[in-house]
Amino acid sequence: MTTIPAEPDLEARLQAGFDATIARRDRIEPRDWMPDAYRKTLVRQIAQHAHSEIIGMQPEGNWIGRAPSLRRKAILLAKVQDEAGHGLYLYSACETLGVSRAELTGLLLSGRQKYSSIFNYPTLSYADVGTIGWLVDGAAICNQVPLCRTSYGPYGRAMIRICKEESFHQRQGYELLMTMMRGTDEQRAMVQESVDRFWWPSLMMFGPPDANSPNSERSMAWGIKRNSNDELRQKFVDMTVPQADALGVTLPDPGLRWNEERGHYDFGEPDWRELAAVIRGDGPCNAQRLAHRRAAHDDGAWVREAATAFAEREGAR
Amino acid sequence: MNDDHGSIFDGLLGGDSSQWAFGTDFEDPLAGVDTTTPDGVDPAELAAYCLMLGDDALIMSQRLSEWCSRAPDLEEDIALANMALDLLGQARLLLARAAAADPRVVPGLPEGSPVPPEDALAFFRDDRDFRNVRLAEVANGDFAHVVVRLLMFSTARLALLERLCVSRDHVLAAVAAKGVKEVAYHRDWAGRWFVTLARGTEESRRRLLAALDALWLLQAELVAPHPLEHSLALAGVGVDPASLRDPVDAVLGQVLTAAGLDRPERAPLAGVGGRTGRDGLHTEALSLLLAEMQVVARAHPMGRW
Repeated sequence: MTTIPAEPDLEARLQAGFDATIARRDRIEPRDWMPDAYRKTLVRQIAQHAHSEIIGMQPEGNWIGRAPSLRRKAILLAKVQDEAGHGLYLYSACETLGVSRAELTGLLLSGRQKYSSIFNYPTLSYADVGTIGWLVDGAAICNQVPLCRTSYGPYGRAMIRICKEESFHQRQGYELLMTMMRGTDEQRAMVQESVDRFWWPSLMMFGPPDANSPNSERSMAWGIKRNSNDELRQKFVDMTVPQADALGVTLPDPGLRWNEERGHYDFGEPDWRELAAVIRGDGPCNAQRLAHRRAAHDDGAWVREAATAFAEREGAR
Repeated sequence: MNDDHGSIFDGLLGGDSSQWAFGTDFEDPLAGVDTTTPDGVDPAELAAYCLMLGDDALIMSQRLSEWCSRAPDLEEDIALANMALDLLGQARLLLARAAAADPRVVPGLPEGSPVPPEDALAFFRDDRDFRNVRLAEVANGDFAHVVVRLLMFSTARLALLERLCVSRDHVLAAVAAKGVKEVAYHRDWAGRWFVTLARGTEESRRRLLAALDALWLLQAELVAPHPLEHSLALAGVGVDPASLRDPVDAVLGQVLTAAGLDRPERAPLAGVGGRTGRDGLHTEALSLLLAEMQVVARAHPMGRW
């Protein structure tokens, strides 16, 4: 890092430059000056996103061994592998902010950094693989497409690639459900039951209502976040209802109806107490997901040590 | 908000399947390929041979995929999934080839079942009908275990596929030509990790030796001559595993030398009444593996997936 001669108004000038970049909707790059709080917010958000990709491998990974056709097994395995790849891009984006992947992994495993609560729900049938693709990846895309234009360059560029792959996953999920709906009565019931379980948790993926979202305002001002939680949730509902109709499933919300005046669907209120409980760590799978991740990390420690020792020895030769 | 990516959701609705450009969306993986059995070859023998090679790939893929989300690092997680996917792709083509050569190998399903032949073979056969070597099926152990298993498996498979590229059966030749590139990477990955673990730390060396000790006795089965393979080799369709012994030995010898290890002295694992994996006589691990792999498919013999 270059030493900059002390200058009384330096901080103010740097801040002004940063503000101007944000105002132009231009990108902040790793070597640019940025306020500490901006850096911290980004690390928190990108790391949480990376952790979500890694923990998110588990619910669907649960069905790789039991995929009911070889084609579906290939699709599912490739998808879960993509999630590992997304985790890699995002940890790399985070490393440009001066935090290492190992540090971030430590923060995940110790519970100091979070991941998306949706992955604390269990996957109980093969239809869940399709529903996660359709609803969970669909909600993730709604959240993530605006992030392609986020103010921090490496994050935005990672998101462009991730969004393309996520949209592919969403189509695959929807296509699985579509195929199952053309199958037997049991399969159709399996799809409906899965949608019943995942609908409300998917709506919760957009976070608490705007009125209760403490970090949102500042993130919007910094251009890290481009749309509010409630805007994105509405967008998701509006997009999903016709897809559900085409699929032939019923979304489990008696309050769901088109509102001509608003030009949007009205919908019911998710159970925010449940979201709070899952975030607090009391969700159906919180302990299991973290234990799985910790076990993989601990079981692999001797391998990472061996690779380091081998590289050092080879390097010394 | 969707200025750059407004097209993401386009085409999501509607029943036109051409929009699902997955590269995997075809009912018959051998569509458009000449599947006539070469002159002078017994279709039943060809089918049985394809099942041997296909089952090796399928069962090995199933074991590798169990590593997903459990590897020591993200890079290795991705590598193991890649290898599982490669072998799964080989298995699909080989099972489809077996079914095309001799439809009698495909288990019967209820009338009108939409299950394609490759899935009928993968999900509706019992363990006695699987023809894979026992090395592929034994339960996973630690990371050293997967490295040793892959090294032994991919060394033999690469030697086999290299020779199978000139098979008189067009499908086998094509599967082999594609597989050579894939399995060369598998062998390279396993060889590099083998040496790394052998020369890494005391702990990694101890674990590698334990894995080698546990798995070496399954190595010989990979290159054990089987009458069927011998006869197909004579017909210019298959590869006689006996011809692989020397090249496989040479490669394993090189890796062991690089790792600073002696060749383990272990007699091959005995069969039962002389029968082993290729004869449908397996370890206890296979029926458990199949119980998991087949459970959903078997519950829905009329299902569409």
